[in-house]
Amino acid sequence: MPLSDAASAGPALARSYPVKPRAVYLMGTCLVDSFYPQAGMDAIALIEREGVEVIFPQAQTCCGQPAYNSGYDDEARQVARQQLEAFSADIPLVVMMGSCAAMLHKDYPSLFAGEPEEAQAKALAARTYEFSEFMVNVLQVELTDNSQQPLTVALHTSCSARRSMQVAEQHKALVSSLSGVQLVEPQRATECCGFGGTFAVKQPDISAAMAKDKADNIAATGADVITSADCGCLMNISGTLDKQGRSLPVKHLATLLWERSQ
Amino acid sequence: MTQIPVTQISAADMAALVDREEHDFADMQRRHFKARAKMSLENEALRASFLGASNFLVGKRKAMFPDDAELSALRNRGEAIRQHTLNNLPDLLQRLETNLTANGIQVHWAETAEEACWLIHNILQDNNARTVVKGKSMVSEEIELNHYLEQRGIECLESDMGEYLVQLAKETPSHIIMQAIHKNKEQIARLMHSRAQTSDGQAVPYSEDVDELIGNARSILRDKFMTADAGISGVNMAVANTGTLCLVENEGNGRMTTTVPKLHIAVTGIEKVVEDFSQVPDLLTLLTRSATGQKITTYFNMISGPKKPGEKDGPEQVHLVLLDNGRSRIFNHDTLKPTLQCIRCGACMNHCPVYARIGGHAYGSTYPGPIGQVVTPQIGGLQKHGDMLSACSLNGACGDACPVRIPLPKLIRELRSEAVNPDVNHLTADSIRQVFNPVLGRGSKRTLGESLIWRGWSLAHRQPWLYRLMTRLLTRGRKLLPKKLGPWTRSRSMPQAAARSLHELVRDRGVANELNSGESQ
Repeated sequence: MPLSDAASAGPALARSYPVKPRAVYLMGTCLVDSFYPQAGMDAIALIEREGVEVIFPQAQTCCGQPAYNSGYDDEARQVARQQLEAFSADIPLVVMMGSCAAMLHKDYPSLFAGEPEEAQAKALAARTYEFSEFMVNVLQVELTDNSQQPLTVALHTSCSARRSMQVAEQHKALVSSLSGVQLVEPQRATECCGFGGTFAVKQPDISAAMAKDKADNIAATGADVITSADCGCLMNISGTLDKQGRSLPVKHLATLLWERSQ
Repeated sequence: MTQIPVTQISAADMAALVDREEHDFADMQRRHFKARAKMSLENEALRASFLGASNFLVGKRKAMFPDDAELSALRNRGEAIRQHTLNNLPDLLQRLETNLTANGIQVHWAETAEEACWLIHNILQDNNARTVVKGKSMVSEEIELNHYLEQRGIECLESDMGEYLVQLAKETPSHIIMQAIHKNKEQIARLMHSRAQTSDGQAVPYSEDVDELIGNARSILRDKFMTADAGISGVNMAVANTGTLCLVENEGNGRMTTTVPKLHIAVTGIEKVVEDFSQVPDLLTLLTRSATGQKITTYFNMISGPKKPGEKDGPEQVHLVLLDNGRSRIFNHDTLKPTLQCIRCGACMNHCPVYARIGGHAYGSTYPGPIGQVVTPQIGGLQKHGDMLSACSLNGACGDACPVRIPLPKLIRELRSEAVNPDVNHLTADSIRQVFNPVLGRGSKRTLGESLIWRGWSLAHRQPWLYRLMTRLLTRGRKLLPKKLGPWTRSRSMPQAAARSLHELVRDRGVANELNSGESQ
């Protein structure tokens, strides 16, 4: 069964996907840019291997979500406008993180409602895909696990990826398709890790309590590696484990997939 | 009855513990949101209670909706019914009044909480009512009716088990369905033993047995039902076409409250109306399954008027107080209007990871959890209740659980925006959009410091060269970064920036910066 079939099972409103394009934009996102850049490079390698050219506009910055989620709509719009410009050609946009993908795909249309750029924002939203969604539903990749070493992987799907982008099944399908990888799901897997962007700063005590529970549940799986397609969650979970002296390696999903299949 | 012996603690110590809990609650409620949340987080027993309740209730609800597609269709219908109400609210309320009046139910309109209390007090006075039994009603909590009536010498006794315990403890509900969910069995046993009295003035024997505890409360309440001058209840749905008040409950206390005393006063928010009885089954199914994981509650009361001549039971008078208290304002707000779709099932709080950790009292409002974060600032104003809005990671679990598809995360974000945007006239490059109906206290949470931070952030992220310069400084200077960063590093280690940014790595690899002209999909 192709991965795309596995991932389309479910009641969610199915999104229609284009045929494999010649070229795509890649949005690294600001967290990947400074903290997990290798994930971006690995995503480029994965996409290029499927015969698709990757365009990375140097003019891209941040999707604007931190300001938007804090209620600073004008500031968010100013930054979002820059992305409308950077990704203006009519080709698909692949976003490295679920929460930023959700910002573009779900929130740009309302952010620009009644603004001169409304049509442009809607068009960009329609051609925006989260990384795993693009791999599974557009590229329909078939991965071969070329690593000899068995690996137990705890998957953390972010809330934006799961609920806004509805790509939890795509995450699972990609990791499960690696024959040498054993996928483990922590208890309360669907619960937020406590990151939530500015939430972690504004409500540090609540955030820390949530992160601790998530870290406990992940550690209890006995996994060798934690993977996610959202670096905010990775930073939160790994930082918490690290502080407790029980570090676990973390890898963005793209890195895990590339390392195992190259 | 077997009484569990109490060997470790004297009655006086027990009473002192109960008093201490009351004091702690009052102390907590005097503090601001962050302090309240911190107090809850530090209370291990409380956290265990809430996390356990969340696991239990989420599991029960899930078992009630085994088929995702069916649930989705049912939620669509629930949403449509509630939106139909909101699209026709003025008309439906008029029809409700006409048909209730025809049924002999007297209708009163209250614009504010104070007015609702005043109206209810007047009705009680007109009938010389000095003692009241109450069925569960969150609207009566919202208007702080017990306090109002007690100040005027009227005794109010809560008859729902959870509400009864909360009243004994001199606290407020911590959940809209399970009011005493913050108390464990031992706390309830101590509370009942220390403060509950049988009708002949005896203390209730100490017991940690749940059935026994409920039995004790039941016999105390039974006496009160028989002698109370009036019963006050809430309403789950008011049917406009038939003039019927529907009340959902499990303990029979709602049936007793609305049928035994001579006078029944129901109080509810204006949004609870539905047009037709045909809409009731879907909402009822959604309500009971979402709230307690029940297919149907033990009791479903349909109240269609006072006792008619020749009938043996039922109240002689039935009144309905319809409360606005800010709801018209919500009704008139374009984006926040779905707030009024709520059927008060509590599923959003059961699914909220923040609520599961801080519990209901931390919110400091009648309605806690996600729906509380949406309702409370709109009713009570952003100035007083705006702080709770930051206690949300926008993870979306509440929105997914909501049986009538209220976009709760979207509304929370919208209210954050209301809280920090002072302008009532919204200026954009080519238009002036006026905010006709600002939320009470709009802009009151804007601070100079925070607005400057976001202004600077915006500047740095809308100029690509400036953004790249900052990223370069962050990656090149990563060894110079502090090892501590505010509250982040209290429970986490400092994240390590990469040596080179993706922007740089990509450029070095020769990845195209733009699509070649003429090339397209």
